[in-house]
Amino acid sequence: MNAWFADLMVLAAEGKEIELSDGGVLADFVWLIPVVPMVMAFVIVFFGKRSPLKGWGMAAGTMGFVALYGTVLFLMNTFGDPIYHEGTVHLADIGSQTLGAHIGDLMAIEWGWMVDGLSIMMYFVVGVVGLLVFIYAKGYMHGDIRYTWFFASFTLFAGGMLVLVSAPNLIQLIVGWELVGVASYLLIGHYWEEHENSSAAIKAFLTNKVADVGLFIGAIMVGTSVGSFRFSEIMAVIGEGGGDSALSRFAFWAGIALFIGAMGKSAQFPLHVWLPDAMAGPTPVSALMHAATMVTAGVYLIGRMFPFYNYDGFADETRWVIIIIGALTLLLTGLIALVQDDIKKVLAYSTLSQLGYMVVAMGAGAYTAGLFHLFTHAFFKALLFLGAGSVIHAVHSNNMSDMGGLRKYMPQTYWTFLIGSAALAGIFPLAGFWSKDEILASVSYAGSNYTTAQGGAALGNFVLVIAILGAFVTAFYMTRAVSLTFFGEYKGKAHPHESPKVMTYPLIGLAAGSVVMGFLNMPGITSFFTDSVGARILAPLDHHPESIDVVLALIGTAAAVGGIAVGYRLWFADKETQKLRDTFHIPVLYPLLERKYYIDDFYMDGIVRPVRGPVANAMNWFNGHVLDFVVNGAGFLARGVGKYVYAFDQRGLDGAINASAGATGASGGFLRVFQTGRVQQYAVMIFAGTVLLVAGFIIF
Amino acid sequence: MTIVQFLVLGAAMFSFGVYGVLTRRNAVLVLLSVELMLAAVNINLVAFDRFLADQLAGGQVFALFVIAVAAAEVGIGLAIVLLIFRNRRNANVDDLDLMKL
Amino acid sequence: MTFTDWVAQAENYVFLAIAIPMLFSAWRVVASQNVVHSVLYLVGALAGSAALFLLLGSEFVAWTVVLVYIGAVVVLFLFGIMITRAPLGQDVELSQPLRQRLPAAVVSGSLFLLMTGAMFDAFGGDVIPETEATRTFDVGISIFERWVIPFEVVSVILLAALVGGIVLARRDPDEMTEEVVSESEEVPQ
Repeated sequence: MNAWFADLMVLAAEGKEIELSDGGVLADFVWLIPVVPMVMAFVIVFFGKRSPLKGWGMAAGTMGFVALYGTVLFLMNTFGDPIYHEGTVHLADIGSQTLGAHIGDLMAIEWGWMVDGLSIMMYFVVGVVGLLVFIYAKGYMHGDIRYTWFFASFTLFAGGMLVLVSAPNLIQLIVGWELVGVASYLLIGHYWEEHENSSAAIKAFLTNKVADVGLFIGAIMVGTSVGSFRFSEIMAVIGEGGGDSALSRFAFWAGIALFIGAMGKSAQFPLHVWLPDAMAGPTPVSALMHAATMVTAGVYLIGRMFPFYNYDGFADETRWVIIIIGALTLLLTGLIALVQDDIKKVLAYSTLSQLGYMVVAMGAGAYTAGLFHLFTHAFFKALLFLGAGSVIHAVHSNNMSDMGGLRKYMPQTYWTFLIGSAALAGIFPLAGFWSKDEILASVSYAGSNYTTAQGGAALGNFVLVIAILGAFVTAFYMTRAVSLTFFGEYKGKAHPHESPKVMTYPLIGLAAGSVVMGFLNMPGITSFFTDSVGARILAPLDHHPESIDVVLALIGTAAAVGGIAVGYRLWFADKETQKLRDTFHIPVLYPLLERKYYIDDFYMDGIVRPVRGPVANAMNWFNGHVLDFVVNGAGFLARGVGKYVYAFDQRGLDGAINASAGATGASGGFLRVFQTGRVQQYAVMIFAGTVLLVAGFIIF
Repeated sequence: MTIVQFLVLGAAMFSFGVYGVLTRRNAVLVLLSVELMLAAVNINLVAFDRFLADQLAGGQVFALFVIAVAAAEVGIGLAIVLLIFRNRRNANVDDLDLMKL
Repeated sequence: MTFTDWVAQAENYVFLAIAIPMLFSAWRVVASQNVVHSVLYLVGALAGSAALFLLLGSEFVAWTVVLVYIGAVVVLFLFGIMITRAPLGQDVELSQPLRQRLPAAVVSGSLFLLMTGAMFDAFGGDVIPETEATRTFDVGISIFERWVIPFEVVSVILLAALVGGIVLARRDPDEMTEEVVSESEEVPQ
């Protein structure tokens, strides 16, 4: 037990008495949770094909082990005393000279396993949801040509996430983070024969990489200023308060950098673009990715660093950034879900929107609320994805325009999907209601307690309005999805049929989870989740409502019911509402949503194409005059400016978007000069760079 | 004998090698220039070995390793050149602009 | 050691006698307009380095250079040139045009100046001590005692290179038939 932890005890004692257990023998072997899947992933690669179940048995067995271990820990932690245990294996020391003079000692690189409320919650979620998804995948992936390989990378995916959540230090967290990234790349591109899928995989990987730079920078800043990468050491420094410690000096930018990392994995606006495309992978992958693994990593990171983001004098001033990003994601992506035809894309955008909720909660200082939403969301979103997979399996199409009326053909899928949708919409008394309500309450509480530096009360209230709007939109698009899929006339060609038992049983299991998980944390009635997961966080920091705020709960429910009502009016009764539906195609808004706010187009035309592909004539003109660059530079500048002014004049409505894309294009064109594809010219650059670097070292 | 005279000679040969790598059009000649660079490294290794009067003869042993690895590198390098030649009917570095997408 | 001391030493003239032709050969390797000449000049440069090793008193390395480099590697290069039908006549431009040679010359020149400067700065007039020549026996003992693990690693690398070379250069039977069909110009993707 270290200084920070003792400090925690004192602070926690002011509110509630917390007894801690060290978890006993069970906690000593938690290292098995990440290690077993990592090892098994490789075992499956080498021996899976020859084993009786072609690797599925090993994969499911692994997840069964994790699920069992996680469940036992979770039950112990929830109904017994909260567990805190930290195991460490020392691997190496790295020198301090390279890391800045203000640190005296060597920094340890360690491998370890964390056993506390947050980690245990994640073990449980990853294990249980993962196991159900793995069982389901047996039916869904049946007959796939890379069946064994799929389960190997799937196990690696889960294993990477477990490495991440078991990490007691930032280095191991980054290792897990990257493992998840690699495995997701393999899985999204599982059907790589189609170019679209492999580019979706590349897109996911590169978007994440952009964000990872933020994580690296943040981890280095935090680690070097503390002198250790261990979370407990970092928290110890935070526990001592702000002052002028190195950490508090770097805090703002380190906080932003870490959050950029979280934005990538948790797909926050504007780095959200990879997630909808990641639907290219098989449906079980989407289910696991959107529920328990990968996208929760960012929220988990903020949860792990929670005191850092909430202690005065540290990164608390980044919270308004987090809240705004979360709120933007929440509303903007929810709206896109309204116009999607692909059922998986609807769910993908819905995930984005729900992640927005979690991030908003984290930003508002509502640790329990954010993680509780993560927890319940894992169940109902996995359920919805698997339900969608079951439907897709039946009608051989992703498009809701090919579905309809499936209620009769697939009753089990229908009922479980309905439960999932209701839970997502936040209907009393399903899981989503409790967690969403808690977020609303926390945001409302935070809104009235903000300091100006953290964004002020106005921001808090504004976000509250957005969160309620988001609840409305969520209910709306889920009603649309349900009615288009399960009601009306069947419009597809294939003969729909109920899925095999191996697929429907996981649905039923997850549906049960979606119903009961909310009861773990009913404000004023039960607080199992708060006590177990929130126990380790300095209690005064966690904005957790003590009792239910009836007015807010009613407003939230009203928003959800309103959304369902509007959705019902627009989508259920078929013929006479056609007109109404047409009015829904509002001129400006609809294309804007259809094109996803042009963000993808901007990335593609503004960044990707100019650098990569064959570019427009202007670039060719530029390229042809490389040698005369200096001479023509001035002339080009004038011409370029004239051209862009002209272009700006021409384009009218799209002007702003295209002009910025063009500017990026021009800079891309400039860089393109150096991208000749000639290896030797690259080599010249490399050697020149080396010479300059060495000269720099010699001179300075 | 001073150490510097060997080092400067090595540096000069190395720079010639770099120049060759950067300017030769034929892939075989590029490999040839790489050999020149490796030979220059060997001169440095042996010179330092003698300069430090190393009891373990580390510099000389590593010069031997460099020679062995260079032999492996030439074998692989020529195999690759051969493959390129077979596919594209010549071995000019210029034509290898596939790195431009 | 000052310059006058240096001039007074006889062995430095031997050094110069080796180094100057060696540098000339090295230059011709990268500048010659004939492929075969290039390879033969490489022999010159490597022979020079072997002679320098002898001068430094490391026989084993010197003879290894002669055997492995001059004996085997250079022959391999000649094979490579013959097989890839490298342009043998004088008329073909073997180097890149001047506008690419110029930056390369600047880069490699500044690299040379940088290294030279750094070396003079660090080792000024330090003299190589007059010790006995290293016996091959000692090198052998050293390899198999102190450096045995790197030695084994190198042997694995050689094996890998052997396998790799065969895999790369081998023609698949079906590929050979294909090649007959697609003898005409075809850019592979």
